[in-house]
Amino acid sequence: MASKTITLHVNGEVRTITVRASDTLLFALRGKLGLTGPKPGCLNGDCGACTINVDGWPMKSCLMLAVEAVGKEVVTIEGLHDTPIQRAFVEEFAFQCGYCTPGFIMNCHSLLKQHPDADDRIIKEWLESNICRCTSYIEIEKAVKSVLRKEEPGG
Amino acid sequence: MLPFDFDYFQPKSLKEAVELFRYLEQQGKQPMFFSGGTELITLGRIDLAFSDAVIDIKNIPECKVMQYSGDYLFIGGALSLTQIEEANPFPLLTKVASEVADHTARGKITLGGNICAQIFYREAVLPLLLADSQLLIVGPEGVQTIHINDIFQQQLKLKKGELLVQTATERRFIEAPFFTVKRRQQWDTGYPLITIAALKIDQEFRVAISGLCPFPFRSQEAEAYLNRQGSMEERIDGALSVLPKPILDDVEGSAQYRLFVLRNLLYDALVALE
Ligand SMILES: Cc1cc2nc3c(=O)[nH]c(=O)nc-3n(C[C@H](O)[C@H](O)[C@H](O)COP(=O)(O)OP(=O)(O)OC[C@H]3O[C@@H](n4cnc5c(N)ncnc54)[C@H](O)[C@@H]3O)c2cc1C
Ligand code: FES
Ligand code: FES
Repeated sequence: MASKTITLHVNGEVRTITVRASDTLLFALRGKLGLTGPKPGCLNGDCGACTINVDGWPMKSCLMLAVEAVGKEVVTIEGLHDTPIQRAFVEEFAFQCGYCTPGFIMNCHSLLKQHPDADDRIIKEWLESNICRCTSYIEIEKAVKSVLRKEEPGG
Repeated sequence: MLPFDFDYFQPKSLKEAVELFRYLEQQGKQPMFFSGGTELITLGRIDLAFSDAVIDIKNIPECKVMQYSGDYLFIGGALSLTQIEEANPFPLLTKVASEVADHTARGKITLGGNICAQIFYREAVLPLLLADSQLLIVGPEGVQTIHINDIFQQQLKLKKGELLVQTATERRFIEAPFFTVKRRQQWDTGYPLITIAALKIDQEFRVAISGLCPFPFRSQEAEAYLNRQGSMEERIDGALSVLPKPILDDVEGSAQYRLFVLRNLLYDALVALE
């Protein structure tokens, strides 16, 4: 009974997979669904590289079991296409090696949806959840602010 | 990845959860209630936590309430810290909770899970200790409502198979003036060097602290000194002389440094609330 067949809603598709109940969502997304956008970093909830959206909110997929995601809308970086925040990351050059980028974008994407009028305090509070080893912080902040200022939030 | 397997259950009622726990124990399992689950997921990975039968309580309606009934605010133990923060029904709790971990992680960490956690900071308990909150607990012996200060001594003294369902806090405490600060060794996220929460009610100060000792606490002995007549220095010296022991002395900060920081925080709290 430790293995279960579950149905997940991921990036607008219905996907059925078999997982151990103790598998994290990060592991299931990458290992079972080939969605390698969410990155393994600390596996401990600290770095944010594995961030996805669950029901529109940011979630560290290393802190969630795959079985907990049943009945929820899961979106990974593969589910975003040419959104304003993705374009802004390119325009502002908000990355260097790019390892933290999918997690940062998913967090920013949710921020822009949940708080389309976010002030500096809210931006800081949300973005503190992710770490960029290449220290692209200024450019990431510029990217978020450029979307808040100019374009339709979140895409 | 977790190096062990477990069965996963999602009871829909308190009765089902409690009976399931008892049944699984009788089967020789090691059942565990799972709220945000961050403790089992992070500590399980490094072999510091284990369960072979996980009982997820997030589908139990009573564990998800956030509403006033009469003069009491009820908050379900399975609500995430972010949900509580966004709704902001209890500003002191919002402020303390909003300093735990980081914004995304707080979307998973729950109030009940933080209070019952192994990790010794358990910061979200501080406002409840100050506000004489009542805890609704369900277990094999039925439902009980217990004053938090009678059941939280260093940790929540739950018996095996008991579940924290809700906290209930009287409106007058929620509306009382408060002060809270979290000081870290460095940066703006992470575990505390010291977190202080203070509240003024009926002209008296109350103070609760996490990060000073290997458990969070409210000290009525320290409060008695703070509420005396006299200079700030004398009152704070008195309060510092009756703190519980041991004072943490680790890489986050020496015992001496923690006491130095606490002295200043007590001063700031008194100035803010006097
Ligand atoms: C990245 C990160 C940063 C963190 N930073 C901080 C911090 O700054 N300050 C801080 O205080 N903590 C911090 N923590 C610790 C964190 O608070 C605990 O892991 C968390 O509080 C547990 O909450 P949870 O809802 O995930 O609980 P769970 O993992 O679900 O449960 C924790 C324990 O409590 C029991 N339990 C849960 N709910 C109930 C209930 N309703 N009734 C009875 N028993 C119950 C469980 O059986 C388990 O033993 C951090 C954790 C992470 C992952
Ligand atoms: S891998 Fe999930 S937060 Fe670091
Ligand atoms: S771009 Fe390299 S870690 Fe952020």
